[in-house]
Amino acid sequence: MRKVGVIGAGMTLFRRRLQDTPKELCYESTKMALDSAGITLADVNMVVSGSAPDAFDGVHMKGEYYADGCGAYGRPYMRVFTGGGTGVFSTIAGWWHVASGLADVAVVVNEEKMSPCQPHAQSVFGHIWDPILDRPLKPNLVWIFAMEMNRYMTVHNVKKEDIALVAVKNKRNAVGHPCAQLADPNITVEDVMNSEVMAWPVNRLDISPPSDGASTVVLASEDFIRKRKVKDKAWISGVGWCIDSTMWTDRDLYFPEYVARAAKMAYKQARIDNPPKQIDFAEPYDPFDYKELHHMEGLLLAKKGEAPKLTKEGVTQRDGDLPTCPSGGLLGVGNPIAATMGIKIGELFWQLTGQAGKRQIPHEVHTGVAQAWGDLMQYGSVVVMRA
Amino acid sequence: MRVGIIGVGMTAFRPSTPEYSWKELMFEAASRAYADAGVNPRTDVQSFITCAEDYYEGFGIFDEFVPDQLGAALRPTCTVSGDGLQGLATAYMQVQSGILDVAAVEAHSKASDIVSLEGILEQGLDPIWNRPLGAHPYAFAGLEAQAYLRISKTPAKALAAVVSKNRRNALLNPLAAYGASVDEAQAAASPERFTPLRALDISDPADGAVVLVVASERAAKKAHANPVWIRGIGWGSDSPTLETRQFGDAWYAELAAQMAYKMAKIRRPATEVDVAEVDDRFSHKELQHLEALGFATAGEAGKHALRGDYGLEGKLPVNPSGGSLGCGNVFEATGLHRAAEVVLQLRGEAGRHQVDGAKVGVAQSWRFVPSASGAVAVLGVGK
Repeated sequence: MRKVGVIGAGMTLFRRRLQDTPKELCYESTKMALDSAGITLADVNMVVSGSAPDAFDGVHMKGEYYADGCGAYGRPYMRVFTGGGTGVFSTIAGWWHVASGLADVAVVVNEEKMSPCQPHAQSVFGHIWDPILDRPLKPNLVWIFAMEMNRYMTVHNVKKEDIALVAVKNKRNAVGHPCAQLADPNITVEDVMNSEVMAWPVNRLDISPPSDGASTVVLASEDFIRKRKVKDKAWISGVGWCIDSTMWTDRDLYFPEYVARAAKMAYKQARIDNPPKQIDFAEPYDPFDYKELHHMEGLLLAKKGEAPKLTKEGVTQRDGDLPTCPSGGLLGVGNPIAATMGIKIGELFWQLTGQAGKRQIPHEVHTGVAQAWGDLMQYGSVVVMRA
Repeated sequence: MRVGIIGVGMTAFRPSTPEYSWKELMFEAASRAYADAGVNPRTDVQSFITCAEDYYEGFGIFDEFVPDQLGAALRPTCTVSGDGLQGLATAYMQVQSGILDVAAVEAHSKASDIVSLEGILEQGLDPIWNRPLGAHPYAFAGLEAQAYLRISKTPAKALAAVVSKNRRNALLNPLAAYGASVDEAQAAASPERFTPLRALDISDPADGAVVLVVASERAAKKAHANPVWIRGIGWGSDSPTLETRQFGDAWYAELAAQMAYKMAKIRRPATEVDVAEVDDRFSHKELQHLEALGFATAGEAGKHALRGDYGLEGKLPVNPSGGSLGCGNVFEATGLHRAAEVVLQLRGEAGRHQVDGAKVGVAQSWRFVPSASGAVAVLGVGK
């Protein structure tokens, strides 16, 4: 198996960016990533892109539409799409482009532009349901996540205040992130608890904001890294991905089994048999605060029901034993679905190469794990990276 | 390590299938492919890949609806927002990387569920520069056909030859939706649509599903399969911007072919390839693609077509299945369907449209209007 490393990363501001076209967003993050890797587009063999619903941008086959912004003109170019899971999954697709030997250098570009949806991106989520069984109920995402959160709280007897700690931690962590949309150095648990109830038990500040943005990472083979003497690199040592049944009503929502299976696949490849001991920091997907806890358990970093305890004890703080979402996560930096790659894979790269600036974990870290989650509460994608 | 195709499953292609949902179409094709390969999806298949685009499917996130009917629940599964051959390339890369040995690739069309195809394709146009023009998206195929005929000095009657050949070939293919005994005069006299394209130059949509099972040499041996090897695979994209792309030739197909031929060590495709299944969703595309694939020099494909060189008994049989003009436009499944037909040819299992003694075949795809992206697979049997 060829060794593959991440050698550059870039991302745009996460904001409502109506004035920028999707092509321009892709260009901005890709230029930044190539510059950071010290290479030019001429060095790039293949381009992989990831983006979630086409309806956000309002363009059919949007991967084709923004291809030139990604540097895909005249190159092999492919888009992958696993809902929110795309945030980490596209890097896995980039990994097999290089690991297979077909490419020496591949760029992975994730883009999302949610602002064209008026009045709110939730209108697109009206079309993600089974047309016969679910759609007549007119569900929206906040409702079903409220169900999942409630199930998690009920099974493990978790208090809402303990979940709110995640939102507080991540929004405070985001203060050091130059792209952040909702950083808040002074936020407290009371602020989260007192924010507007969206669908009990979910309050407004339990949720990440919709955003526009793009992120790019540059992947290269070991040969290329050696030959070009690339200094800043982080190796991809394990990848895993898994989908659960479409029938979310048939599953027990208290535990994300699909994340656990994806994690086990990645850990096996990375030769990790004791994740809490062998993994130094984590970037789990945190579109809602309870999801970080849910995913820490899915990633086998905490026993079932014990992630809130770790959070309360400060283990997941940036200076704790298992820094979790040191980037500020989706809750703090923003949630342009697939483009969150910049705060998952990108953050792993920056932390492992000591380039995270104000967000740098104060102690030395060697191994990190990033994870994204998507579709109908059914998709897990996991990447393990090492310095 | 060699990578081969060990299972093929297809449904029939039909203008509409009110008796089946898209899930049932996928299930049927998958069941056939797994039985053909002799694999159990729950224990033997390690990766599932679906090729789909949200707008065609009518869903916000189509990937959600993939796993159950493929046997993929709680397994590694993903969607490629692309053509079926890009899905095949994904399976190839997964196996080549060494992470897994057996993958299933699925693509389908439930075009009969689409209320307004024009409306969907229009959403594929640049929202600022092109959409406000209000043109039917097929008008861009018409402009392209016009540019191709003019630059290559191809007579319009060559288009009629393509139509006649493919519709007649489809009569020999029991899975085809639109087989008909159409002659060149009828094709050339059909109503004008997007000049120079006439009604019969444009493939009609169809429903159907295709699944291929891909395996490493090691896994193929274990399954006692007789694989059709993926000798080369490539894909490429021209400019997505209508104003800056090449209209006369299919550069994306040339790029894809260069990549696939290099891998397959093919230097003279015109003599080394026995059968080709290429994208013919507009009749001029078949000619354009044949030139891009190196089967004819620029401007010569039309002459070969008029001489009958691409017929079932010709020098290079092209689209013996009937192509999309004969089988129907199955959108993202089109490329996978082309590959499945090549596999049947190389196995000698193509029935009445079998090409004698085919050992090497090429399948080629295009991502339909308004894209300029496509892929090529070189398949072969034996050593």
